[in-house]
Amino acid sequence: MLWIECPNCGSRPFEEYRYGSVFPVTPDSITDPDARNIDHAWMQDNIQGVTQERWFHESGCRRWFTATRDTTTDVFLD
Amino acid sequence: MNEFVETLLDLPWQVGDPKPAYDVVIIGAGGHGLATAYYLATRHGITNVCVLDANYIGSGNSGRNTTIIRSNYGIPESVAFYQHSLEMYQQLEAETGSWIMHSTKGQIWLAHSVSTARTERTRALMNEACGAKTDYIGPDEIKRLCPQIDLTGGGRYPVQGASYHHEGATARHDRVVWTYAQGALRNGVHVFQHTPVTGLLKDGDRVTGVQTPKGNISAGVVLSAVGGHVSTVAGWAGVRLPIRTHALQAFVTNAYAQEFAPIVSSNDLVFYISQTPRGQMLIGAEYDRQASYRTSTSYSYLQACSAKATTLFPFLSKLRILRSWAGICDVSTDFSPILGHTGVDGLMISTGWGTWGFKAIPAAGEQLAELIATGTPPPLIAPFGLDRFSKEAAMADPSSAGTR
Repeated sequence: MLWIECPNCGSRPFEEYRYGSVFPVTPDSITDPDARNIDHAWMQDNIQGVTQERWFHESGCRRWFTATRDTTTDVFLD
Repeated sequence: MNEFVETLLDLPWQVGDPKPAYDVVIIGAGGHGLATAYYLATRHGITNVCVLDANYIGSGNSGRNTTIIRSNYGIPESVAFYQHSLEMYQQLEAETGSWIMHSTKGQIWLAHSVSTARTERTRALMNEACGAKTDYIGPDEIKRLCPQIDLTGGGRYPVQGASYHHEGATARHDRVVWTYAQGALRNGVHVFQHTPVTGLLKDGDRVTGVQTPKGNISAGVVLSAVGGHVSTVAGWAGVRLPIRTHALQAFVTNAYAQEFAPIVSSNDLVFYISQTPRGQMLIGAEYDRQASYRTSTSYSYLQACSAKATTLFPFLSKLRILRSWAGICDVSTDFSPILGHTGVDGLMISTGWGTWGFKAIPAAGEQLAELIATGTPPPLIAPFGLDRFSKEAAMADPSSAGTR
């Protein structure tokens, strides 16, 4: 079973958590304001590797925190 | 006779390495890539085509799906597209002479509450109006079609009614891939397994070919029919995609000795079940919430999904889980596929197949072949271009996936 380190509760089972999202980053190369809006609304980095994401400890302290995860292995890094 | 082993298709592999140049290079020899090659050869006479795969054919999501064919989608353009695909599947055995184990079963999409009953009524009316034969049926008819169901839903999920999609079907996933591979190879298309594409060749802004460990291959058109790693391929050309990759898990039980005739999905419980030709019960549910490229399954998923399935089908508790697997699904942000031009010359794309890729294989292959041959998107796939997002014409259809 996958365990996730919560900054408040310590190591807890994966099922207690809810995935939030990655931090959306629109590249600086897109300069047109409309194109930036479209990119922000729809496009995804979809990183294959280490990402910074928000997670919610739903069945624990019910607080949001930022986690670092490798999307190819689902391993949480600190 | 073991019909799964003794009726293997003959695949006339060509020997040697890829030629230095082709008219069309397709990345990904799954159902979509091979179907496109097959229709390029048979419908348009374009046979100077090469299909490359990093692994063996059908080793990606074509081998990791739940083989359901249906067309009861939520927007008219999607219904038309998937209905065309469903009808092509019905004709595929006659056209190719290969047995794909196609079986029309009917799909029951259950509602357990007043609000989802309204959703299913809407689905039935909307699909019927768009040409996908669907009726709203009550509990008695559901029990007649599927005697194994517990209409009380374990007391918590009483069955209110369902939309019944008459032409819902299944086919054997490997055989679909092999059938298209056989048809493509017989027509002179080159298919190379274990040949990963490691980069794109570019001339200015134009994509002119692909890099592989067996050397560079130049191409008039490169089509990415990649499942799971499409953001990486598009990234080589500087194309940003509205795709997030999630794992979708599924499993089969050991064989159930009786017939379980239809495909059953539940709107409230979010899971679906059907019986494979071997008699195993095939069960799946929603994809994992977090983005992931990992193809392993989890006990928590198997546990949660089994709990849902046994709520409606108590007989399942006597069976055992035999195998489980996960596919990595490219889920588009509007839950519709992305087909055609990418905005970069020489690079086309077939992606955004999320959890609805298998049923679309024939139609997507045929339509993409026409696009590559003529340069103009055919009407059936014209609404599904990547440019729809910048035109504020997204094809939002989240409720039809059945896996969300």
